[in-house]
Amino acid sequence: MHFLQPTTWDEALEARAGLPDALPVAGGTDVLVDLNFRRRHAPALIDLGRVPGLGEVSAENGWLRIGAAATYDRLMTALRRDFPALAVAARTVGSPQIRHRGTIGGNLGTASPAGDAHPPLLAAGAEVEVASRAGTRRIAIADFFTGPKRTAMAPGELISAVHVPRASGPQQFAKVGTRNAMVIAVCSVALALHPDRRRVGTGIGSAGPVPLAAVEAERFLEGVLDEGGLWEAPRPLGDAVRGRFADLVASAARPVDDVRGTAAYRVHALRVLAGRVLDWAWADYLEAGAGREVGAG
Amino acid sequence: MVTTVTDRVRGGVGESVVRVDAVPKVTGTFDYASDMRADGMLWGAVLRSPHPYARIRHVDATAAATLPGVHAVLLADDLEGKRTFGLNLDDQPVLADGLVRYHGEPVALVAARTPAIAHEATTLIAVGWEPLCPVTDMEDALRPDAPRLHDFGNVLRHVHITRGHPDEAEADVWVDGYYETGMQDQAPLGPEAGLAVPAEDGGVDLFVATQWLHVDREQIAPCLNLPPEKVRITLAGVGGAFGAREDIHMQIHACLLALRTGRPVKMSFGREESFLGHVHRHPSRIWLRHGATRDGRLVTVDARLLFDGGAYTSSSPAVLGNAATFAAGPYEVPNVRIEGTLVYTNNPPCGAMRGFGAPQVCFAHEAQMDKLAAALHTDPVELRLRHALHTGSVLPTGQVVTGSAPVRELIELCARAPMPDLQPARGRDQLDYPGTTGNVTHGEGVRVGVGYAVGFKNTAFSEGFDDSATARVTLSRSEPTGCLKSAPEASGEAQRPGSGVVAEIRTAAVEMGQGLTTVLTQIARTELGVERVVLHTADTSMGNAGSTSASRQSMMAGGAVQLACRLVRDRLAARARGVAAPGGGPLPEPVELRDGVLAAGGERVADVADLLTEPVAETAVYHHRPTTGFDDAGQGDIHVTFTFAAQRAVVEVDNELGIARVLQVAAAVDAGKVLNPAGFEGQVEGGTAQGLGFALMEELQAENGLVRNPSFTDYLIPTFLDMPPVLTYAVEEPDPHVPYGLKGIGEAPAIVSTAAIVAALRDATGRELNRVPVTPDDLAGLRPPRPTPGPPPVPDVPGQWPVPYYHQRASTQSQLM
Amino acid sequence: MKLSLTVNGEQRVIDDVDAGESLLTVLRDSLGLTGTKNACEQGECGSCSVYLDDGLVCSCLVLAGQAEGAEVVTVEGLAARGELDPVQEAFAQAGAIQCGFCTPGLVMAVHDLLQRVPDPSDGQIREELAGNLCRCTGYQKVISAVRLAAGRTNGHHGY
Repeated sequence: MHFLQPTTWDEALEARAGLPDALPVAGGTDVLVDLNFRRRHAPALIDLGRVPGLGEVSAENGWLRIGAAATYDRLMTALRRDFPALAVAARTVGSPQIRHRGTIGGNLGTASPAGDAHPPLLAAGAEVEVASRAGTRRIAIADFFTGPKRTAMAPGELISAVHVPRASGPQQFAKVGTRNAMVIAVCSVALALHPDRRRVGTGIGSAGPVPLAAVEAERFLEGVLDEGGLWEAPRPLGDAVRGRFADLVASAARPVDDVRGTAAYRVHALRVLAGRVLDWAWADYLEAGAGREVGAG
Repeated sequence: MVTTVTDRVRGGVGESVVRVDAVPKVTGTFDYASDMRADGMLWGAVLRSPHPYARIRHVDATAAATLPGVHAVLLADDLEGKRTFGLNLDDQPVLADGLVRYHGEPVALVAARTPAIAHEATTLIAVGWEPLCPVTDMEDALRPDAPRLHDFGNVLRHVHITRGHPDEAEADVWVDGYYETGMQDQAPLGPEAGLAVPAEDGGVDLFVATQWLHVDREQIAPCLNLPPEKVRITLAGVGGAFGAREDIHMQIHACLLALRTGRPVKMSFGREESFLGHVHRHPSRIWLRHGATRDGRLVTVDARLLFDGGAYTSSSPAVLGNAATFAAGPYEVPNVRIEGTLVYTNNPPCGAMRGFGAPQVCFAHEAQMDKLAAALHTDPVELRLRHALHTGSVLPTGQVVTGSAPVRELIELCARAPMPDLQPARGRDQLDYPGTTGNVTHGEGVRVGVGYAVGFKNTAFSEGFDDSATARVTLSRSEPTGCLKSAPEASGEAQRPGSGVVAEIRTAAVEMGQGLTTVLTQIARTELGVERVVLHTADTSMGNAGSTSASRQSMMAGGAVQLACRLVRDRLAARARGVAAPGGGPLPEPVELRDGVLAAGGERVADVADLLTEPVAETAVYHHRPTTGFDDAGQGDIHVTFTFAAQRAVVEVDNELGIARVLQVAAAVDAGKVLNPAGFEGQVEGGTAQGLGFALMEELQAENGLVRNPSFTDYLIPTFLDMPPVLTYAVEEPDPHVPYGLKGIGEAPAIVSTAAIVAALRDATGRELNRVPVTPDDLAGLRPPRPTPGPPPVPDVPGQWPVPYYHQRASTQSQLM
Repeated sequence: MKLSLTVNGEQRVIDDVDAGESLLTVLRDSLGLTGTKNACEQGECGSCSVYLDDGLVCSCLVLAGQAEGAEVVTVEGLAARGELDPVQEAFAQAGAIQCGFCTPGLVMAVHDLLQRVPDPSDGQIREELAGNLCRCTGYQKVISAVRLAAGRTNGHHGY
């Protein structure tokens, strides 16, 4: 097995093109587990840690560009205002040691249905920027996950960044596990209100073969907010709306029983959490009141 | 050199002495078994069965043996010595021979130049498996049509205890309960490891983290075709044990490879192999029936216990015997019937884990007491106080509690302990909610619950087993330390009482983190009146110290050290007689060694240093008082002595989501005499953590016999964010006939904490919660209490001892009972 | 491959490092620095914690090659000139050690915490140390050790 340590992005893409079966490694918090347990064999490892600027977070034209090598540490602190759902999710990942090394690019590359960054990315309508020697393209997050630990990336591609519209409204993330720290999610949910586009975004984790968006729930809530003029003049939503939204989120899940939890619990927990994150996000929206940029749809 | 009266020896019994191994442990220089290395050493690896129950049709190790870097491959056919081992029965194969009975059972061994080569070689061993249908349900194992996993069937032991007239007991209120406990794992942070070095005399020197050097040697030697004196075991640093290291794990394997290759062989388990490679806590099913009079008097308890021992015997018979004796709880009840059955299955083998059968029954009997209190409209604390055992009480086995038993006081301490500050539901820091940073609640659904539990445990081995302990103490003059020559008055060291003397302790007793070595040095200081104590590494050159388990070593090794110190004192007294009055009579009583002098009748006779022209060394063997086995009615003086404990737990549950956070535990332990307060608290806090884990998150899940979660990702133990503050209280009522009146306290807190926490969870949720570990499904009400069709019939067995005994299958270790 | 890095202030060069080897393996097996422990090899327990260029990491999850040219500090590098670091001293004094297998990782994590947050609250202590598992102590005395090292008074004793 070879160890390659490119010092520029072009070198990294060259290496990736030359050895399509090579394992790219950034923080190593997933890849090293497989290597330590001899579960993965590859002709080479490509260490992305020396590529300058790969972890930078920048903003332009109302969009955030989050470099693939941005660590959870970074995400926790840099995104509080512009992508709060991901900042909250980043805090739930592993431990300080893990958060110092683990990256958003790694989370996407591993594409576990339990990846903590995925539900916020879905809720925010992110686009994954991937690059190869042939060029750069973007994959909508909803199209990115094609199966458990499988992505829409082509051979020779590396994740360079994630693009996300800056938060125009409240966002929430909640993740439940069997103990109070260091858990792989039993299930998780993200919610983002986008008043600038009059859209609602959701993401569900660990409750299906891939991270899922609760599309019906999104459309339902958008309908309620539109028809009631609630984007412009927010009022309390009421129990019926809350309950329906929660049911729709729960019914979008396709969970199984596994060693961490039962399918029945996941559905139940999603219903409870969906209601709560809606309460919290809407309460924030109510409190912010007028002066928020509300789009024309 | 002047020793003033106010200059007392520091660091004796009763002080929070800093651990003797603290500095090496904080600087990373303490050598654990997994840190050892030897020049030219090879690495050993094990091929383990992927099946829970299967025949081995053929094995082809050619590819493995010819892999470059491989020095040896061993199969069952290559074994020239004894082929089985076991703590109680020698029924466990060193290497599986034609049949495997559990997932992870060792089949072949490899020694190679590197761990990677050794591992690769194991993957090249081709095994022709014929999977069989495993028996994985403990009630199925009792059915007459179940496959017989061992020659004599699947019932390993049945214990029957009857006292009073259980069939005629008259009660107005009856409470029935069914309870289940899952398979907990000890999960010590330090995985199994050892280094075997072949010796020039044809023997082997083994360095290993274990709990009982001598019983290891007894099992290892026959398997190597060696006499015991050619197997020399030295204790390597132990990274925790909690019962996982009582059984042989890699010792025989490493020695076999070392003798075969002629090279040192190291074996060091990873976490997954550790989970598969040691015994676990017995899963159990327990049916209880409590009957009481209308005015709140418990009159009868009927208990049916079923314990799943897994594939091999280990120490299971003793675990069952223990559990049976504690099944009615620490309460006075005139009529009792207890039927306890232990079965084999193809589940992972179970054996010793902190509590040794008591945590399971405590969970059940404490749930019953709460149910009974509710049925009687009585306060649950009051009900327990009313029936609490005390000195003089008679147990279901007819044994009288002759030692101290301050059970009422323990309960009252917990009840009076200050409650934690309860925060309002809204507006907290996120860390103060269940789920903490997971951000799952901002106060919705949270409710506080409070619960109590009381329990007890024996100290040392029972049912007639004479587990003694040996220690050797040497007292001699020492060289002055540091630069004292120029100004002895200025240097504190020279002024310390007994500074010219050093005591050495030699014992085979194992320190596994609980603080034994520190306690032994404290005892030596107190008994000998000197501060400098050197504790030698434990090895088999010393006599048997017995197991570090059953909360026994403070009493047993401590007792041996105390005895040896007193023999040393007597020798010094004899020397002093010559000094005080040549040819004179005995010294006036009391004769004491304190603060560097030998005193008699309260008067200084001599400086100890002056009496040590020659060193003095004495060896002592400490025996506890004898116990007996069960007679046909389950009656007997089964245990040496008892330690009681009570706890109150305060929890907060998010009732909608079903997740919990423990806010506080108040823990009261019957300590007899606290030898080291910081050490005592550490054991109580740590034991409580293990009980919390068992209540809320710890289960090694075996599905059809296959272990599904052998990793820290999915076998969850409590973190900093799961453990609450623990208020620790000690009641010091000395136990008679025991050194310092001390009681072994390591297990008691781990026994009651699970029951207390689940009681609090019931209070917070209103749910029945009849199984541990409790899951979010249970707390959220998604899953009803586990059902049962009723207890299985009592099996027909020849008597109270393990069934194989009646088939003349007793082993070298039969005296474990 | 060859690896050069600074460990505990000393320049070290190691030949014959496998590409897939972790920093933990290099520290323990190639450099004989066995103070850093291997208890899970998957970043779940924190007993392999070391400083990598001033940040606390699980060395079992760092490829050896990723530490090329880096500055690594292990538990063996904390005590200066034979004197215990205040964190090490506090662990010993507070009774925060039992079997001690988690102790090197915890000492590193506490050292890191106090450098970043000199006076942490209870909640901060628990959250920042949640990546370090201990099976023996129940954590209470470790928290006392943190407070002791941070210059605050020790916690409540119940009797």
